[in-house]
Amino acid sequence: MSTLPLPASRSSAATNPLSAAWAFVKRHVLTVYSLFFFAYLLLPIAIVIAFSFNNPTGRFNYVWQGFTWNNWRYWDGVPGIRSAIFLSLEIALVASVIATALGTAIALALVRYVFRGRAGTNILVFLPLSTPEIVLGASLLALFLNLSFVTFGFLTILIAHVMFCISFAVVTVKARLIGFDRHLEEAAMDLGANEWTTFRKVTLPLVAPAILAALLLCFAISIDDFVVTYFNAGTRITFPLFVWGSARIGAPPQVNVIGTMIFAVALTLMVLNVFLQRRRESQAKT
Amino acid sequence: MGFSHRHRGLTPYLLLAPGLLWLGVFFLVPLGFLAYQSLQSGSIDFGYAFTWTWGNYWTAIKNYHAQFVRSFEYAGIATVIALVVSYPVAYWIAFRGGRWKNLLLLGIVAPFFVTYLIRTLAWETILADHGLVVNTLRNLHVVGANGRVLATSTAVVAGITYNFLPFMALPLYVSLEQIDERLIEAAEDLYASKFHAFVRVTLPLSLPGVVGGTLLTFIPAAGDFINAQLLGSPENHMIGNVIQSKFLELTDYPAAASMSFVLMAAIVLMVLAYARAVGTEQLTG
Repeated sequence: MSTLPLPASRSSAATNPLSAAWAFVKRHVLTVYSLFFFAYLLLPIAIVIAFSFNNPTGRFNYVWQGFTWNNWRYWDGVPGIRSAIFLSLEIALVASVIATALGTAIALALVRYVFRGRAGTNILVFLPLSTPEIVLGASLLALFLNLSFVTFGFLTILIAHVMFCISFAVVTVKARLIGFDRHLEEAAMDLGANEWTTFRKVTLPLVAPAILAALLLCFAISIDDFVVTYFNAGTRITFPLFVWGSARIGAPPQVNVIGTMIFAVALTLMVLNVFLQRRRESQAKT
Repeated sequence: MGFSHRHRGLTPYLLLAPGLLWLGVFFLVPLGFLAYQSLQSGSIDFGYAFTWTWGNYWTAIKNYHAQFVRSFEYAGIATVIALVVSYPVAYWIAFRGGRWKNLLLLGIVAPFFVTYLIRTLAWETILADHGLVVNTLRNLHVVGANGRVLATSTAVVAGITYNFLPFMALPLYVSLEQIDERLIEAAEDLYASKFHAFVRVTLPLSLPGVVGGTLLTFIPAAGDFINAQLLGSPENHMIGNVIQSKFLELTDYPAAASMSFVLMAAIVLMVLAYARAVGTEQLTG
Protein backbone atom coordinates (compact mmCIF):
# COMPACT_ATOMS: atom_id res chain seq x y z
CA MET A 1 0.00 0.00 0.00
CA SER A 2 1.41 3.37 -0.93
CA THR A 3 1.40 5.61 2.11
CA LEU A 4 3.65 8.31 0.70
CA PRO A 5 1.93 11.66 1.11
CA LEU A 6 1.43 13.63 -2.05
CA PRO A 7 3.70 16.68 -2.30
CA ALA A 8 0.68 18.94 -2.76
CA SER A 9 -0.93 17.93 0.51
CA ARG A 10 2.37 18.40 2.31
CA SER A 11 2.85 21.96 1.10
CA SER A 12 -0.72 22.95 1.99
CA ALA A 13 -0.26 21.30 5.37
CA ALA A 14 2.77 23.47 6.00
CA THR A 15 0.82 26.66 5.34
CA ASN A 16 -2.36 25.81 7.16
CA PRO A 17 -2.21 24.29 10.66
CA LEU A 18 -5.85 23.30 10.46
CA SER A 19 -5.37 21.19 7.37
CA ALA A 20 -2.18 19.84 8.93
CA ALA A 21 -4.24 18.64 11.86
CA TRP A 22 -6.80 17.20 9.46
CA ALA A 23 -4.10 15.38 7.52
CA PHE A 24 -2.76 13.99 10.78
CA VAL A 25 -6.22 12.78 11.82
CA LYS A 26 -6.86 11.26 8.41
CA ARG A 27 -3.61 9.43 8.52
CA HIS A 28 -3.93 8.13 12.04
CA VAL A 29 -7.67 7.75 12.42
CA LEU A 30 -7.46 3.98 12.10
CA THR A 31 -4.70 3.76 14.68
CA VAL A 32 -6.55 5.99 17.13
CA TYR A 33 -9.74 4.03 16.59
CA SER A 34 -7.91 0.75 17.18
CA LEU A 35 -6.43 2.04 20.41
CA PHE A 36 -9.93 2.96 21.60
CA PHE A 37 -11.09 -0.49 20.58
CA PHE A 38 -8.39 -2.13 22.65
CA ALA A 39 -9.21 0.10 25.59
CA TYR A 40 -12.83 -1.08 25.35
CA LEU A 41 -11.74 -4.69 25.03
CA LEU A 42 -9.44 -4.52 28.03
CA LEU A 43 -11.56 -2.31 30.29
CA PRO A 44 -13.50 -5.18 31.92
CA ILE A 45 -10.25 -7.03 32.54
CA ALA A 46 -8.85 -3.97 34.29
CA ILE A 47 -12.04 -3.81 36.38
CA VAL A 48 -11.70 -7.48 37.35
CA ILE A 49 -8.10 -6.96 38.45
CA ALA A 50 -8.80 -3.67 40.24
CA PHE A 51 -11.76 -5.03 42.17
CA SER A 52 -9.72 -8.00 43.37
CA PHE A 53 -8.04 -5.39 45.61
CA ASN A 54 -11.29 -3.77 46.67
CA ASN A 55 -12.32 -3.73 50.29
CA PRO A 56 -16.12 -3.87 50.04
CA THR A 57 -18.11 -2.99 53.14
CA GLY A 58 -21.34 -4.73 52.18
CA ARG A 59 -21.76 -7.95 50.31
CA PHE A 60 -21.70 -6.26 46.92
CA ASN A 61 -18.35 -5.76 45.27
CA TYR A 62 -19.58 -3.09 42.84
CA VAL A 63 -18.29 0.18 44.24
CA TRP A 64 -14.69 0.99 45.01
CA GLN A 65 -14.26 1.31 48.78
CA GLY A 66 -10.54 1.08 49.39
CA PHE A 67 -7.39 -0.89 48.72
CA THR A 68 -6.58 -4.11 50.51
CA TRP A 69 -4.34 -7.14 50.10
CA ASN A 70 -6.69 -9.28 52.16
CA ASN A 71 -8.60 -10.84 49.26
CA TRP A 72 -5.33 -12.15 47.89
CA ARG A 73 -4.04 -13.23 51.29
CA TYR A 74 -7.30 -15.07 52.03
CA TRP A 75 -8.04 -16.17 48.49
CA ASP A 76 -9.87 -19.24 49.75
CA GLY A 77 -11.61 -17.40 52.57
CA VAL A 78 -15.04 -18.01 51.11
CA PRO A 79 -16.68 -21.36 51.85
CA GLY A 80 -16.73 -23.62 48.82
CA ILE A 81 -14.37 -21.64 46.59
CA ARG A 82 -11.39 -23.87 47.25
CA SER A 83 -13.09 -27.15 46.35
CA ALA A 84 -14.68 -25.49 43.31
CA ILE A 85 -11.29 -24.39 41.99
CA PHE A 86 -9.74 -27.80 42.54
CA LEU A 87 -12.65 -29.56 40.86
CA SER A 88 -12.30 -27.24 37.85
CA LEU A 89 -8.56 -27.87 37.66
CA GLU A 90 -8.98 -31.65 37.91
CA ILE A 91 -11.67 -31.73 35.25
CA ALA A 92 -9.73 -29.42 32.93
CA LEU A 93 -6.56 -31.47 33.32
CA VAL A 94 -8.13 -34.87 32.67
CA ALA A 95 -10.55 -33.63 29.99
CA SER A 96 -7.85 -31.80 28.02
CA VAL A 97 -5.56 -34.85 28.03
CA ILE A 98 -8.30 -37.24 26.86
CA ALA A 99 -9.76 -34.83 24.31
CA THR A 100 -6.33 -34.00 22.86
CA ALA A 101 -5.43 -37.68 22.53
CA LEU A 102 -8.70 -38.50 20.79
CA GLY A 103 -8.59 -35.34 18.69
CA THR A 104 -4.99 -35.86 17.58
CA ALA A 105 -5.84 -39.39 16.41
CA ILE A 106 -8.79 -38.08 14.38
CA ALA A 107 -6.65 -35.30 12.89
CA LEU A 108 -3.95 -37.81 11.90
CA ALA A 109 -6.51 -40.04 10.19
CA LEU A 110 -8.10 -37.10 8.38
CA VAL A 111 -4.87 -35.63 7.04
CA ARG A 112 -2.87 -38.80 6.38
CA TYR A 113 -5.24 -41.38 5.08
CA VAL A 114 -7.67 -41.83 2.26
CA PHE A 115 -10.65 -43.72 3.61
CA ARG A 116 -14.38 -44.12 3.26
CA GLY A 117 -16.44 -41.86 5.49
CA ARG A 118 -14.10 -38.86 5.40
CA ALA A 119 -16.86 -36.37 4.65
CA GLY A 120 -19.01 -37.83 7.41
CA THR A 121 -16.13 -37.58 9.86
CA ASN A 122 -15.56 -33.95 8.95
CA ILE A 123 -19.22 -33.16 9.51
CA LEU A 124 -19.33 -35.00 12.83
CA VAL A 125 -16.30 -33.04 14.03
CA PHE A 126 -17.73 -29.74 12.79
CA LEU A 127 -21.25 -30.15 14.20
CA PRO A 128 -20.52 -29.73 17.93
CA LEU A 129 -18.67 -26.50 17.10
CA SER A 130 -21.74 -25.08 15.39
CA THR A 131 -24.31 -26.18 17.96
CA PRO A 132 -25.28 -23.69 20.66
CA GLU A 133 -23.86 -24.73 24.02
CA ILE A 134 -27.27 -24.82 25.60
CA VAL A 135 -28.34 -27.54 23.16
CA LEU A 136 -25.17 -29.54 23.85
CA GLY A 137 -25.84 -29.32 27.57
CA ALA A 138 -29.55 -30.04 27.31
CA SER A 139 -29.15 -33.07 25.07
CA LEU A 140 -26.48 -34.61 27.26
CA LEU A 141 -28.77 -34.05 30.23
CA ALA A 142 -31.58 -35.79 28.33
CA LEU A 143 -29.28 -38.77 27.80
CA PHE A 144 -28.19 -38.98 31.42
CA LEU A 145 -31.75 -38.57 32.73
CA ASN A 146 -32.85 -41.55 30.67
CA LEU A 147 -30.01 -43.77 31.86
CA SER A 148 -31.04 -44.57 35.39
CA PHE A 149 -27.62 -45.92 36.41
CA VAL A 150 -25.92 -42.56 35.85
CA THR A 151 -25.22 -40.40 38.87
CA PHE A 152 -24.39 -36.79 38.14
CA GLY A 153 -21.00 -35.64 39.29
CA PHE A 154 -17.34 -35.76 38.31
CA LEU A 155 -17.85 -38.33 35.57
CA THR A 156 -20.76 -36.61 33.85
CA ILE A 157 -18.90 -33.28 33.87
CA LEU A 158 -15.80 -34.99 32.49
CA ILE A 159 -17.74 -36.72 29.70
CA ALA A 160 -19.32 -33.40 28.71
CA HIS A 161 -16.02 -31.52 28.69
CA VAL A 162 -14.21 -34.13 26.62
CA MET A 163 -17.14 -34.08 24.17
CA PHE A 164 -16.98 -30.36 23.41
CA CYS A 165 -13.17 -30.24 23.51
CA ILE A 166 -12.51 -32.98 20.92
CA SER A 167 -13.49 -30.85 17.93
CA PHE A 168 -11.25 -27.99 19.04
CA ALA A 169 -8.34 -30.41 19.40
CA VAL A 170 -8.97 -31.87 15.93
CA VAL A 171 -9.06 -28.42 14.31
CA THR A 172 -5.88 -27.27 16.07
CA VAL A 173 -3.78 -30.35 15.27
CA LYS A 174 -5.14 -30.65 11.72
CA ALA A 175 -4.07 -27.11 10.88
CA ARG A 176 -0.49 -28.00 11.77
CA LEU A 177 -0.47 -31.41 10.09
CA ILE A 178 -1.55 -29.97 6.75
CA GLY A 179 1.64 -27.95 6.42
CA PHE A 180 3.79 -30.91 7.37
CA ASP A 181 6.57 -32.31 5.19
CA ARG A 182 5.80 -35.98 4.69
CA HIS A 183 9.16 -36.68 3.07
CA LEU A 184 10.72 -36.70 6.51
CA GLU A 185 8.65 -39.72 7.46
CA GLU A 186 9.27 -41.42 4.17
CA ALA A 187 12.99 -40.90 4.68
CA ALA A 188 12.81 -42.49 8.12
CA MET A 189 10.93 -45.48 6.74
CA ASP A 190 13.36 -45.79 3.84
CA LEU A 191 16.12 -45.92 6.42
CA GLY A 192 14.46 -48.94 7.97
CA ALA A 193 12.34 -47.46 10.77
CA ASN A 194 9.04 -49.21 11.24
CA GLU A 195 5.76 -47.34 11.44
CA TRP A 196 5.69 -46.96 15.21
CA THR A 197 9.32 -45.85 15.44
CA THR A 198 8.73 -43.34 12.67
CA PHE A 199 5.71 -41.98 14.52
CA ARG A 200 7.58 -41.74 17.81
CA LYS A 201 10.86 -40.33 16.49
CA VAL A 202 9.73 -38.18 13.57
CA THR A 203 6.02 -37.43 13.54
CA LEU A 204 5.46 -36.82 17.23
CA PRO A 205 8.30 -34.32 17.77
CA LEU A 206 7.17 -32.36 14.71
CA VAL A 207 3.53 -32.29 15.74
CA ALA A 208 4.34 -31.71 19.42
CA PRO A 209 3.78 -27.92 19.33
CA ALA A 210 0.32 -28.45 17.85
CA ILE A 211 -0.51 -31.08 20.46
CA LEU A 212 0.63 -28.70 23.18
CA ALA A 213 -1.48 -25.93 21.68
CA ALA A 214 -4.50 -28.25 21.59
CA LEU A 215 -3.91 -29.24 25.22
CA LEU A 216 -3.79 -25.62 26.32
CA LEU A 217 -6.83 -24.68 24.29
CA CYS A 218 -8.86 -27.58 25.68
CA PHE A 219 -7.72 -26.75 29.19
CA ALA A 220 -8.77 -23.13 28.75
CA ILE A 221 -12.16 -24.01 27.27
CA SER A 222 -12.84 -26.59 29.95
CA ILE A 223 -11.94 -24.40 32.90
CA ASP A 224 -14.10 -21.58 31.51
CA ASP A 225 -17.17 -23.64 30.65
CA PHE A 226 -20.35 -22.77 32.41
CA VAL A 227 -23.38 -23.70 30.29
CA VAL A 228 -22.78 -27.38 29.55
CA THR A 229 -21.43 -27.96 33.06
CA TYR A 230 -24.45 -26.26 34.59
CA PHE A 231 -26.70 -28.84 32.93
CA ASN A 232 -24.65 -31.89 33.87
CA ALA A 233 -22.94 -31.22 37.18
CA GLY A 234 -25.62 -32.45 39.56
CA THR A 235 -24.63 -31.09 42.94
CA ARG A 236 -20.91 -30.71 42.20
CA ILE A 237 -19.67 -27.14 41.90
CA THR A 238 -16.94 -26.09 39.47
CA PHE A 239 -15.43 -22.62 39.64
CA PRO A 240 -17.75 -21.06 37.01
CA LEU A 241 -20.73 -22.63 38.80
CA PHE A 242 -19.45 -21.12 42.03
CA VAL A 243 -19.28 -17.70 40.37
CA TRP A 244 -22.83 -18.13 39.06
CA GLY A 245 -24.16 -19.11 42.46
CA SER A 246 -22.38 -16.30 44.26
CA ALA A 247 -23.40 -13.71 41.64
CA ARG A 248 -27.01 -14.03 42.78
CA ILE A 249 -26.15 -12.92 46.30
CA GLY A 250 -23.18 -10.70 45.37
CA ALA A 251 -19.90 -12.22 44.25
CA PRO A 252 -17.10 -11.90 46.83
CA PRO A 253 -13.83 -10.19 45.76
CA GLN A 254 -12.11 -13.59 45.95
CA VAL A 255 -13.86 -14.42 42.69
CA ASN A 256 -11.92 -11.54 41.12
CA VAL A 257 -8.71 -12.83 42.70
CA ILE A 258 -9.13 -16.23 41.06
CA GLY A 259 -10.22 -14.60 37.80
CA THR A 260 -7.06 -12.48 37.86
CA MET A 261 -4.90 -15.52 38.58
CA ILE A 262 -6.38 -17.48 35.65
CA PHE A 263 -5.91 -14.45 33.42
CA ALA A 264 -2.29 -13.99 34.53
CA VAL A 265 -1.38 -17.64 33.94
CA ALA A 266 -3.05 -17.73 30.51
CA LEU A 267 -1.47 -14.43 29.49
CA THR A 268 1.99 -15.54 30.58
CA LEU A 269 1.71 -18.76 28.59
CA MET A 270 0.51 -16.91 25.50
CA VAL A 271 3.17 -14.19 25.67
CA LEU A 272 5.80 -16.90 26.08
CA ASN A 273 4.40 -18.61 23.03
CA VAL A 274 4.53 -15.39 21.00
CA PHE A 275 8.17 -14.86 21.93
CA LEU A 276 9.15 -18.46 21.25
CA GLN A 277 7.50 -18.18 17.85
CA ARG A 278 9.37 -14.97 17.13
CA ARG A 279 12.66 -16.59 18.13
CA ARG A 280 11.94 -19.62 15.98
CA GLU A 281 11.15 -17.37 13.05
CA SER A 282 14.33 -15.36 13.43
CA GLN A 283 16.32 -18.56 13.81
CA ALA A 284 14.78 -19.92 10.64
CA LYS A 285 15.89 -16.78 8.82
CA THR A 286 19.56 -17.03 9.80
CA MET B 1 0.64 -40.05 -2.11
CA GLY B 2 2.87 -43.10 -1.98
CA PHE B 3 2.88 -42.92 1.77
CA SER B 4 -0.85 -43.16 2.25
CA HIS B 5 -1.16 -46.07 -0.15
CA ARG B 6 1.15 -48.12 2.00
CA HIS B 7 -1.24 -47.66 4.89
CA ARG B 8 -4.58 -48.35 3.47
CA GLY B 9 -6.55 -50.71 5.58
CA LEU B 10 -7.50 -50.56 9.20
CA THR B 11 -5.16 -47.88 10.54
CA PRO B 12 -7.33 -44.82 9.81
CA TYR B 13 -10.37 -46.49 11.35
CA LEU B 14 -8.43 -47.43 14.47
CA LEU B 15 -7.30 -43.83 14.79
CA LEU B 16 -10.82 -42.51 14.31
CA ALA B 17 -12.72 -45.01 16.43
CA PRO B 18 -12.22 -43.73 19.99
CA GLY B 19 -12.86 -40.08 19.20
CA LEU B 20 -15.78 -40.63 16.88
CA LEU B 21 -17.27 -43.11 19.33
CA TRP B 22 -17.12 -40.44 22.03
CA LEU B 23 -18.77 -37.88 19.75
CA GLY B 24 -21.35 -40.42 18.63
CA VAL B 25 -22.33 -41.56 22.11
CA PHE B 26 -22.15 -38.20 23.87
CA PHE B 27 -23.17 -35.83 21.08
CA LEU B 28 -25.30 -37.60 18.43
CA VAL B 29 -27.12 -40.10 20.65
CA PRO B 30 -28.00 -37.36 23.19
CA LEU B 31 -29.63 -35.37 20.38
CA GLY B 32 -31.78 -38.44 19.77
CA PHE B 33 -32.70 -38.57 23.45
CA LEU B 34 -33.52 -34.87 23.35
CA ALA B 35 -35.86 -35.54 20.44
CA TYR B 36 -37.39 -38.46 22.34
CA GLN B 37 -37.89 -36.27 25.40
CA SER B 38 -39.44 -33.50 23.36
CA LEU B 39 -42.33 -35.75 22.33
CA GLN B 40 -43.18 -36.94 25.83
CA SER B 41 -46.05 -35.91 28.04
CA GLY B 42 -46.68 -36.15 31.76
CA SER B 43 -45.23 -34.43 34.80
CA ILE B 44 -42.15 -34.75 36.96
CA ASP B 45 -44.21 -36.24 39.83
CA PHE B 46 -45.97 -38.94 37.83
CA GLY B 47 -43.23 -39.46 35.31
CA TYR B 48 -42.99 -38.67 31.63
CA ALA B 49 -44.07 -41.10 28.93
CA PHE B 50 -43.38 -41.09 25.22
CA THR B 51 -46.63 -40.20 23.47
CA TRP B 52 -45.67 -38.49 20.19
CA THR B 53 -46.87 -35.23 21.68
CA TRP B 54 -46.08 -32.90 18.78
CA GLY B 55 -48.15 -30.33 20.62
CA ASN B 56 -45.07 -29.57 22.76
CA TYR B 57 -43.56 -27.83 19.78
CA TRP B 58 -46.69 -25.85 19.10
CA THR B 59 -46.94 -24.84 22.77
CA ALA B 60 -43.28 -23.86 22.83
CA ILE B 61 -43.65 -21.53 19.87
CA LYS B 62 -47.02 -20.17 20.98
CA ASN B 63 -46.00 -19.39 24.55
CA TYR B 64 -42.45 -18.28 23.98
CA HIS B 65 -42.35 -16.73 20.54
CA ALA B 66 -41.45 -13.41 22.16
CA GLN B 67 -38.30 -14.94 23.67
CA PHE B 68 -37.43 -16.67 20.40
CA VAL B 69 -37.78 -13.48 18.42
CA ARG B 70 -35.85 -11.53 21.05
CA SER B 71 -32.97 -14.06 20.99
CA PHE B 72 -32.52 -13.70 17.25
CA GLU B 73 -33.00 -9.96 17.43
CA TYR B 74 -30.36 -9.48 20.13
CA ALA B 75 -27.99 -11.95 18.47
CA GLY B 76 -28.48 -10.27 15.08
CA ILE B 77 -27.90 -6.75 16.40
CA ALA B 78 -24.86 -7.87 18.41
CA THR B 79 -23.44 -9.63 15.34
CA VAL B 80 -23.81 -6.55 13.13
CA ILE B 81 -22.30 -4.26 15.77
CA ALA B 82 -19.42 -6.68 16.32
CA LEU B 83 -18.77 -6.77 12.58
CA VAL B 84 -18.79 -3.00 12.14
CA VAL B 85 -16.74 -2.36 15.27
CA SER B 86 -14.06 -4.97 14.72
CA TYR B 87 -13.55 -4.78 10.94
CA PRO B 88 -11.39 -1.63 11.06
CA VAL B 89 -9.27 -3.11 13.83
CA ALA B 90 -8.80 -6.41 12.00
CA TYR B 91 -7.82 -4.35 8.94
CA TRP B 92 -5.41 -2.25 10.98
CA ILE B 93 -3.69 -5.29 12.47
CA ALA B 94 -3.51 -7.12 9.14
CA PHE B 95 -2.07 -4.23 7.12
CA ARG B 96 -0.37 -2.00 9.66
CA GLY B 97 0.45 -4.45 12.46
CA GLY B 98 3.96 -5.20 11.25
CA ARG B 99 5.99 -7.06 13.82
CA TRP B 100 3.40 -6.41 16.52
CA LYS B 101 0.75 -8.54 14.83
CA ASN B 102 0.98 -11.48 17.21
CA LEU B 103 0.95 -9.27 20.27
CA LEU B 104 -2.07 -7.35 18.97
CA LEU B 105 -3.90 -10.61 18.28
CA LEU B 106 -3.13 -11.58 21.84
CA GLY B 107 -4.89 -8.38 22.88
CA ILE B 108 -7.93 -9.41 20.83
CA VAL B 109 -8.26 -12.77 22.56
CA ALA B 110 -7.29 -11.45 26.01
CA PRO B 111 -10.94 -11.28 27.18
CA PHE B 112 -11.14 -15.05 26.71
CA PHE B 113 -8.54 -15.48 29.44
CA VAL B 114 -10.95 -14.04 31.97
CA THR B 115 -13.70 -16.46 32.93
CA TYR B 116 -16.84 -15.70 30.89
CA LEU B 117 -19.02 -15.15 33.94
CA ILE B 118 -16.44 -12.92 35.62
CA ARG B 119 -16.06 -10.62 32.63
CA THR B 120 -19.84 -10.35 32.37
CA LEU B 121 -19.95 -9.46 36.06
CA ALA B 122 -17.32 -6.81 35.31
CA TRP B 123 -19.76 -5.26 32.84
CA GLU B 124 -22.36 -5.33 35.58
CA THR B 125 -19.95 -3.25 37.65
CA ILE B 126 -19.21 -0.87 34.79
CA LEU B 127 -22.87 -0.31 33.91
CA ALA B 128 -24.10 -0.30 37.52
CA ASP B 129 -26.50 2.41 38.61
CA HIS B 130 -24.02 4.79 40.21
CA GLY B 131 -21.11 3.80 38.04
CA LEU B 132 -19.12 6.04 35.75
CA VAL B 133 -20.99 5.18 32.55
CA VAL B 134 -24.46 5.81 33.93
CA ASN B 135 -23.43 9.03 35.69
CA THR B 136 -21.87 10.34 32.47
CA LEU B 137 -24.95 9.45 30.46
CA ARG B 138 -27.15 11.14 33.06
CA ASN B 139 -25.04 14.29 32.95
CA LEU B 140 -25.25 14.32 29.17
CA HIS B 141 -29.02 13.80 29.48
CA VAL B 142 -28.83 10.72 27.28
CA VAL B 143 -30.75 8.91 29.97
CA GLY B 144 -33.04 10.57 32.52
CA ALA B 145 -32.02 11.50 36.07
CA ASN B 146 -33.17 8.09 37.25
CA GLY B 147 -32.30 6.37 33.99
CA ARG B 148 -30.54 3.05 34.09
CA VAL B 149 -28.42 1.06 31.67
CA LEU B 150 -28.37 -2.16 33.64
CA ALA B 151 -31.51 -4.27 33.24
CA THR B 152 -32.21 -2.89 29.77
CA SER B 153 -31.96 -4.51 26.37
CA THR B 154 -29.04 -2.16 25.61
CA ALA B 155 -27.03 -3.72 28.41
CA VAL B 156 -27.80 -7.26 27.26
CA VAL B 157 -26.88 -6.52 23.63
CA ALA B 158 -23.73 -4.71 24.77
CA GLY B 159 -22.76 -7.69 26.89
CA ILE B 160 -23.34 -10.18 24.08
CA THR B 161 -21.40 -8.01 21.64
CA TYR B 162 -18.44 -7.76 23.97
CA ASN B 163 -18.38 -11.43 24.90
CA PHE B 164 -18.34 -12.71 21.32
CA LEU B 165 -16.24 -9.95 19.75
CA PRO B 166 -13.06 -12.06 19.40
CA PHE B 167 -15.05 -14.66 17.44
CA MET B 168 -15.74 -11.92 14.91
CA ALA B 169 -12.37 -10.18 14.90
CA LEU B 170 -10.21 -13.29 14.46
CA PRO B 171 -11.75 -14.70 11.23
CA LEU B 172 -11.84 -11.16 9.84
CA TYR B 173 -8.15 -10.78 10.57
CA VAL B 174 -7.30 -14.15 9.04
CA SER B 175 -9.04 -13.37 5.75
CA LEU B 176 -7.65 -9.82 5.56
CA GLU B 177 -4.16 -11.06 6.37
CA GLN B 178 -4.23 -13.43 3.40
CA ILE B 179 -4.97 -10.67 0.89
CA ASP B 180 -2.10 -10.01 -1.48
CA GLU B 181 -1.45 -6.29 -1.04
CA ARG B 182 -0.29 -6.07 -4.64
CA LEU B 183 -3.90 -6.52 -5.71
CA ILE B 184 -4.88 -3.36 -3.86
CA GLU B 185 -1.88 -1.52 -5.24
CA ALA B 186 -2.82 -2.65 -8.72
CA ALA B 187 -6.33 -1.26 -8.27
CA GLU B 188 -4.86 2.05 -7.16
CA ASP B 189 -2.41 2.08 -10.04
CA LEU B 190 -5.40 1.70 -12.31
CA TYR B 191 -6.78 4.93 -10.82
CA ALA B 192 -9.22 3.44 -8.36
CA SER B 193 -9.63 5.77 -5.40
CA LYS B 194 -8.72 4.37 -2.00
CA PHE B 195 -12.41 3.98 -1.30
CA HIS B 196 -13.08 2.17 -4.55
CA ALA B 197 -10.09 -0.10 -4.13
CA PHE B 198 -11.45 -1.03 -0.72
CA VAL B 199 -15.01 -1.65 -1.89
CA ARG B 200 -14.08 -3.50 -5.07
CA VAL B 201 -10.99 -5.43 -3.97
CA THR B 202 -10.38 -5.63 -0.21
CA LEU B 203 -13.97 -6.08 0.93
CA PRO B 204 -14.89 -8.91 -1.48
CA LEU B 205 -11.66 -10.73 -0.67
CA SER B 206 -12.40 -10.52 3.05
CA LEU B 207 -15.90 -11.93 2.63
CA PRO B 208 -14.99 -15.44 3.86
CA GLY B 209 -13.90 -13.83 7.14
CA VAL B 210 -17.12 -11.85 7.33
CA VAL B 211 -19.18 -15.00 6.82
CA GLY B 212 -17.14 -17.04 9.28
CA GLY B 213 -17.17 -14.30 11.88
CA THR B 214 -20.90 -13.64 11.66
CA LEU B 215 -21.70 -17.35 12.06
CA LEU B 216 -19.25 -17.82 14.94
CA THR B 217 -20.83 -14.82 16.67
CA PHE B 218 -24.48 -15.33 15.85
CA ILE B 219 -24.85 -19.03 16.73
CA PRO B 220 -23.56 -18.89 20.30
CA ALA B 221 -25.18 -15.49 20.84
CA ALA B 222 -28.64 -16.79 19.91
CA GLY B 223 -28.40 -19.54 22.54
CA ASP B 224 -26.88 -17.37 25.26
CA PHE B 225 -28.65 -16.77 28.55
CA ILE B 226 -25.87 -15.48 30.77
CA ASN B 227 -25.91 -11.88 29.53
CA ALA B 228 -29.69 -11.65 29.77
CA GLN B 229 -29.55 -13.11 33.27
CA LEU B 230 -26.76 -10.95 34.66
CA LEU B 231 -27.23 -7.70 32.73
CA GLY B 232 -30.93 -7.77 31.87
CA SER B 233 -34.30 -7.96 33.56
CA PRO B 234 -36.96 -10.64 33.00
CA GLU B 235 -38.28 -8.51 30.12
CA ASN B 236 -34.96 -9.10 28.36
CA HIS B 237 -34.92 -12.85 28.82
CA MET B 238 -33.94 -14.86 25.79
CA ILE B 239 -34.94 -18.38 24.81
CA GLY B 240 -31.83 -19.73 26.54
CA ASN B 241 -33.14 -18.42 29.85
CA VAL B 242 -36.45 -20.23 29.31
CA ILE B 243 -34.80 -23.51 28.29
CA GLN B 244 -32.47 -23.32 31.25
CA SER B 245 -35.19 -22.67 33.80
CA LYS B 246 -37.58 -25.24 32.31
CA PHE B 247 -34.89 -27.90 32.38
CA LEU B 248 -33.20 -27.18 35.68
CA GLU B 249 -35.68 -25.31 37.84
CA LEU B 250 -39.15 -26.38 36.67
CA THR B 251 -38.05 -29.84 35.43
CA ASP B 252 -40.53 -29.53 32.56
CA TYR B 253 -38.30 -31.66 30.34
CA PRO B 254 -40.56 -32.11 27.29
CA ALA B 255 -41.16 -28.36 26.97
CA ALA B 256 -37.46 -27.57 27.40
CA ALA B 257 -36.43 -30.26 24.94
CA SER B 258 -38.86 -29.12 22.26
CA MET B 259 -37.69 -25.51 22.69
CA SER B 260 -34.08 -26.62 22.27
CA PHE B 261 -35.04 -28.23 18.98
CA VAL B 262 -36.96 -25.22 17.77
CA LEU B 263 -33.90 -23.10 18.59
CA MET B 264 -31.61 -25.44 16.69
CA ALA B 265 -33.94 -25.72 13.71
CA ALA B 266 -34.31 -21.96 13.52
CA ILE B 267 -30.54 -21.50 13.62
CA VAL B 268 -30.00 -24.13 10.91
CA LEU B 269 -32.63 -22.48 8.69
CA MET B 270 -31.07 -19.06 9.18
CA VAL B 271 -27.59 -20.35 8.45
CA LEU B 272 -28.83 -22.04 5.28
CA ALA B 273 -30.64 -18.89 4.13
CA TYR B 274 -27.54 -16.88 4.88
CA ALA B 275 -25.35 -19.36 3.02
CA ARG B 276 -27.66 -19.07 0.03
CA ALA B 277 -27.52 -15.31 0.12
CA VAL B 278 -23.74 -15.03 0.26
CA GLY B 279 -22.92 -18.14 -1.78
CA THR B 280 -21.98 -21.52 -0.37
CA GLU B 281 -18.36 -21.36 -1.47
CA GLN B 282 -17.85 -18.66 1.16
CA LEU B 283 -18.99 -21.06 3.86
CA THR B 284 -16.57 -23.83 3.09
CA GLY B 285 -14.02 -21.11 2.37
